[in-house]
Amino acid sequence: MKQSRRNFLKFAGISAAGLCLTPAAGALASGKAHPIVNKAHLKAKRWAMVIDTRKLNTKEQIEKLADACHHWHNVPKIPTNQDIKWLWDASYSESFPEQENNHMAEELEERRFPLLCNHCEHPPCVRVCPTKATFQRADHIVAMDYHRCIGCRYCMAACPFGARSFNFMDPRLHLDMDNLNMKFPTRMRGVVEKCNFCVEKLAEGELPVCVTKSEGAIVFGDLTDPNSPVREVLRKDFTIRRKPELGTEPGVYYII
Amino acid sequence: MLEKALKGSPRYWGWILFLIIVIGLCSLVYINQLIHGLTVTGMSRDISWGFYIAQFTYLVGVAASGVMIALPFYLHNYEKYRGLVIMGEFLAISAVVMSLCFVLVDIGQPQRAMNMILHPTPNSMLFWDMVVLCGYLALNVLIGWTCLESERQRVHPPKWIKPIIYLSVVWGFAIHTVTAFLYAGLPSRHYWLSAIVAARFLAAAFCAGPALLLLILYVVRKLTGYYQGDAATKTLTKTITYAMCVNVFFFMLELFTAFYSNIPGHMEPMVFLFSGLEGNTSLVGWMWAAAACCILSIILLVPPKLRDNKSLLPFTLVILVFGTWVDKGMSFVTAGFTPNAFNTVTPYWPTSSEIAVSVMIWSIGALVLTILYKIATDIKRDLSELTPEDE
Repeated sequence: MKQSRRNFLKFAGISAAGLCLTPAAGALASGKAHPIVNKAHLKAKRWAMVIDTRKLNTKEQIEKLADACHHWHNVPKIPTNQDIKWLWDASYSESFPEQENNHMAEELEERRFPLLCNHCEHPPCVRVCPTKATFQRADHIVAMDYHRCIGCRYCMAACPFGARSFNFMDPRLHLDMDNLNMKFPTRMRGVVEKCNFCVEKLAEGELPVCVTKSEGAIVFGDLTDPNSPVREVLRKDFTIRRKPELGTEPGVYYII
Repeated sequence: MLEKALKGSPRYWGWILFLIIVIGLCSLVYINQLIHGLTVTGMSRDISWGFYIAQFTYLVGVAASGVMIALPFYLHNYEKYRGLVIMGEFLAISAVVMSLCFVLVDIGQPQRAMNMILHPTPNSMLFWDMVVLCGYLALNVLIGWTCLESERQRVHPPKWIKPIIYLSVVWGFAIHTVTAFLYAGLPSRHYWLSAIVAARFLAAAFCAGPALLLLILYVVRKLTGYYQGDAATKTLTKTITYAMCVNVFFFMLELFTAFYSNIPGHMEPMVFLFSGLEGNTSLVGWMWAAAACCILSIILLVPPKLRDNKSLLPFTLVILVFGTWVDKGMSFVTAGFTPNAFNTVTPYWPTSSEIAVSVMIWSIGALVLTILYKIATDIKRDLSELTPEDE
């Protein structure tokens, strides 16, 4: 009897101590602690991009940027129409179908235009996603959760810019596995992916890959900040956006 | 009541076995798709939905069409539909099962399908489509089963089922409306971006579904002797006639808006369907055949003499089902993506894998329908209601 009472008191004491410690231990273990934020990370209320197509307009120039982007993000090269594209080139009429004029300047007809996700202010892809796998961040970057995506491809039907790709097959089959970028994950088949404005680079205080590679032809910055580099060029030059009549408010501007 | 499905003639078991073999063989193709991904389909970056989603759309219509029998019978006490109502409800069950299967085989990560429920997203029409389809399935199982069981026991159905029946009538309209909303709210898909899509869907459903039901009941009559009665057939054919006229009228409204406005974006999908775009004419033959079938079916349905001709009716119903199937089950989805986001044309045609997986799902639907109809006709036989009097 006595023995058992002592045991009980011991047990109760240890339990009480445990209860006191649990919240702290739980917080440490569950990952609910504050995330570590890189102090240098770039912040904006609304990220936007201005592409100067007077400087950047040949297939070779754009391919160089696309290669850099695709290499950084481990985007496979698939030689069929089930390919994955984060950044690619297209003609004027493909890029701006509703704004095509007759008798355009020859030089303009030959120009190639870099296309990528527009990171719209009202993104239809986010509106239709049934699992919130694609979502809009506070800085208006439209991002993907590849682990959440069920591969219904509703976002692809909704995107008016053809900016989304679906991994019809295992992307690793078409990746140079010895030459992967270990800083960015590869994807699995059956999920949708797209340009992410290099959120992982912004988090480390660096500009997107295409911006740094463009030698000044692509300007990137905060659209809400009147002193930002994007606002500076927008003030200076005439720009157009893709399919503005749809009201998605694209975040990518083109100087023609 | 399920025991009724376990006792049957060798012919019944032979058919069940045949369906199971077909399902088994075609599921190997589906397993191949699970291993290699949707790359085995003809879909691409530009045409990201294809045959699966088209079949899903058509079958939701078939499911919704049960309303055209339930509404007169339950809301207007139209007694002549007594022999038809359970058949309509059971066809709806099988059609919803097929629809859900088609969505499941179309998603790239089917093992994550529960994410739709774990992370409910009210801004997505696909979420609501899942809700209405699963709800409609539950309602039809509950109503069909309860009413048939009371019939078997020769008692009136319980009172609590009434409000559920009324709900199911509204719900039937809802499933096809929400399915139309999947398409109708997307920017830059001109063929879909039309307020009349939901109305068109319902009109097509209310002619195609009952037509399919009558065709199936022809077979049922041959096999079991069960007949819903001349009066029911005549009235339902009238419904089919009106719905088909409205369906064709609605399509003409689309043609008018597209071509009178002369807006390229609205005209191009129509041009693609009926004369081809940038050399791609894959659907042209189908569309003209479908248009001819739709017009001919109206010609054969509107005059009472032709409509009530018992030997002509099956032919009329077959061409009507074909015409509406081409419209919704073949061309609707592809035309929405053509021209694509870059105003160019990407060809799409279903691969043999897509066809085989679709055959698997149709066979699953046929299996469900066979079992349900076996139960229903056996009970009708026990009640000696096998062949209601002809007029």
